[in-house]
Amino acid sequence: MSGSPYAPHTATETAEMLEAVGVADEEALFDIPEDVAFDGEFGIEPRTEREIRAECARLFARNDDLVEFLGRGHYSHYVPSVVDHLADRAEFITSYTQYQPEITQGFLQALFEYQSLLVELTGLPVANCSMYDAATALAEAATLADRVRSTSGDVVLIPEHLREGKRGVLENYCAGADLTVESYPMDDGNADVDALADRVGEDVVMVYAENPTVRGCIEERLAEIGEVAAEADALFTLGSDVVALSVLEEPASVGADVVVGEAGALGLPAAYGMGLGVFACKDDYLRQVPGRLVGASEDAEGTRAYTLTLQTREQHIRKERATSNICTNQAWVALRAAIHAATLGPDGLVELAHDCVRDAEALAADLDALSGVAAPVHDRHHLREFAVRTDQPAAAIAGDLEAEGFAVHVIGEHLIEVCVTDLNADRTDALVEAFEEVL
Amino acid sequence: MIHDQARYTREDDALHEPLLSEKGEQTVDVRDSSPLPDDLTREELTLPNPSEPEVARHYTRLSQMNWAIDTGPYPLGSCTMKYNPKFTEDVAADPNAAVHPDRSDRSVQGTLELCYGLQEFLADIGGMDAVTLQPPAGAAGELTGILIAKAYHEHHGNDRSEVVIPASAHGTNFATAAMAGYDVVELPSDENGRVDVEALDAAVGEDTAALMLTNPNTVGLFERDIAEIADIVHDAGGLLYYDGANLNALLGRARPGDMGFDVMHYNVHKTFATPHGGGGPGAGPVGVVEELAEFLPTPHVREINDGNVGYEAVEPERSIGKVHGFTGNWLVLIKAYAYIARLGDAGLADAAAKAVLNANYLAERIDMDVPHGPFHHEFAATAGDRDAADVAKRMLDFGVHPPTTKWPAMVPEAMLTEPTEIENRSSLEDLATAFNVAYADSDEVLADAPSRTTARRIDQASAARTPRLSWQALDDE
Repeated sequence: MSGSPYAPHTATETAEMLEAVGVADEEALFDIPEDVAFDGEFGIEPRTEREIRAECARLFARNDDLVEFLGRGHYSHYVPSVVDHLADRAEFITSYTQYQPEITQGFLQALFEYQSLLVELTGLPVANCSMYDAATALAEAATLADRVRSTSGDVVLIPEHLREGKRGVLENYCAGADLTVESYPMDDGNADVDALADRVGEDVVMVYAENPTVRGCIEERLAEIGEVAAEADALFTLGSDVVALSVLEEPASVGADVVVGEAGALGLPAAYGMGLGVFACKDDYLRQVPGRLVGASEDAEGTRAYTLTLQTREQHIRKERATSNICTNQAWVALRAAIHAATLGPDGLVELAHDCVRDAEALAADLDALSGVAAPVHDRHHLREFAVRTDQPAAAIAGDLEAEGFAVHVIGEHLIEVCVTDLNADRTDALVEAFEEVL
Repeated sequence: MIHDQARYTREDDALHEPLLSEKGEQTVDVRDSSPLPDDLTREELTLPNPSEPEVARHYTRLSQMNWAIDTGPYPLGSCTMKYNPKFTEDVAADPNAAVHPDRSDRSVQGTLELCYGLQEFLADIGGMDAVTLQPPAGAAGELTGILIAKAYHEHHGNDRSEVVIPASAHGTNFATAAMAGYDVVELPSDENGRVDVEALDAAVGEDTAALMLTNPNTVGLFERDIAEIADIVHDAGGLLYYDGANLNALLGRARPGDMGFDVMHYNVHKTFATPHGGGGPGAGPVGVVEELAEFLPTPHVREINDGNVGYEAVEPERSIGKVHGFTGNWLVLIKAYAYIARLGDAGLADAAAKAVLNANYLAERIDMDVPHGPFHHEFAATAGDRDAADVAKRMLDFGVHPPTTKWPAMVPEAMLTEPTEIENRSSLEDLATAFNVAYADSDEVLADAPSRTTARRIDQASAARTPRLSWQALDDE
């Protein structure tokens, strides 16, 4: 093969086109000075489709076939086939951002419906049509807080129990805005609201809490956190995910100003961390929202139509004064989440979330019955996941469990975390047996 | 060619396809069946409850109301909308690739090997020494690259405050520099949109952290003075950042690393044909020269060098930390790997050649002026005294997507056009016809366009004046 299989030119066509352009050969089309031209080789051998499929299948088969009891921000539920088949329609997946709304009404409407789903789940009136993931959404919430808060301040308060990667992204975005990140303590798996109340003050621009927490604990004093933040004139940003939001307290009802989190819990399989960032907020911050927004309007015939809107917030118009640099987002993943949610309906969503509570509770009880193990560590209600205290070193147990075919998180010297969803709920007995085996 | 787009309109409804919420909603009492105490739950949840056949029909209809590269030419300048090979979807759908990011390194050797292989491909293609795959999009790649530059300067005790960016650059460059905490110094361009070397010389100094540059620039011209530009920036102690948006033009013929760039991002949904998905997900891997490798985000995949065969994910010594909660847009990266492997050296070079040939041929066939050349994979035509946005709306009726309009600003009424390598001569002729008919049409016809798309001309101003961003907002009216 001498060329790209996706460049359709025949030799004759190429010759005629070169002649029409007025050059002798393809090389003459390039205006590259000799001193920076590349005449070497990458050494990449072209392969056939079949060879690449075989090569990659062989590679992926090298991944051990483990039953994953893993979560901590990346959650998988069964994705119905209809999601793949509809989202994979070429008209969706091979389209670009909707710069010409008249000819891209379909995707715009799908994103408008996705925004509406988040509005229902959060109770907040504004939701954008996606961020990269929960971590970058949280980071953008902090810079939004910095822009909208009336008094000066430079501290972002986060819970002690937070995924390290999330804090890392937050710190990188905060550094550019001269904000510092500080954590407040937990009280048996929930935010220590009293300690938080002691800490907040004029120097705090944002208070962040998660529900459930990264250890799966459902927060019991969310409204109080909201009040503490409001009294200090700090924004209250709440992190969650779309399945949890279906049943837990509505963020707007506990005073959340911004909701961030993960929507890839719907629509995406385990994807090595690829996600779908939620960003929703109060009307007051509409003109400070990062990312794209789809709005309803009318066309020249008076028919309802959708379009990207409020684009003066965005980088291609506002440049260094934009609310963010984000342009390409996770639109197609948002489409997948919306299709998944529609397929489940509200009863299916609620049932899925309730199962996440019941299955976690049942598995914790089974593990707790083993000697050398205590679960859950925190005396709270849990959704999907919970911490387990082990007498023996956690890393050794996790290593042994891996040899038995199970993956769990190690979160401390004697702490393991286990996440159960509809995908592994039928393997919990086997996990308990494996625990028994390795203890 | 004439294209009539789908619409499903009932006479009594002023809409094309009802919202799911308008087709039927259900309110569920959450507490009724809840295993949780009432004070930890919401009372109820109201959402659409379509049956699966209704879901299938709704989204299939929406798909018919959408333009895509598989339906026709999509020559958005600077966006590189090329065909997304179908087999890459199948490669990415392998259930063995569907792993959680917290798996132990030893249990995901296949995933790590593919990551390593892609890092190597990209390093070779860009002339870089090390690559991170973590940034989830091009703009995130820019931020990653500038944070790396910042960490490098701080490590060397240099407190630099400015990033220099040509006026003709993508808006993301300016926004990125500001997000990283830098002041932006906007560099005027010369008459061809290239870097004005004298102005650059005057602009850089001990405060310069980096120059961000797109090459070929945003009207498709190669920065012929790149070696001198690199020297000026480097002599001032600054770094050279390469915006990879236009890399498709150079594949196999020039590499940013050879031009003197220290850090760059790759747009895999542009150069390496991963689907753009109506706005994303993309992926924006970042390549750096050796001196910057220790600052790459964590984790970074490398070969195990203790005699065992395998791969590990490690934290580089002076890592900037994280730019994504996990490891980026994995499913997209798999597709990029498959595309590069399919084309190989010769295919990649051919893609660049045919992309440049197509742009030049199309420019020959249209009646508008193209003020700047010699251009490569894209050109900025000018609609002159016509409104470029109106001409674009008219083009929508002819079975093609119009180019990027009114940008870059240096070209009056710009139509920035990038047909990519995938169009054959016949579809380029369709594009040229659409350009020429629309350009020649009367003001009245343009103002009334488009007429064959699902929606007629949309009132953008009222959408922004009275934002209605959800079906709840529509219900409230």
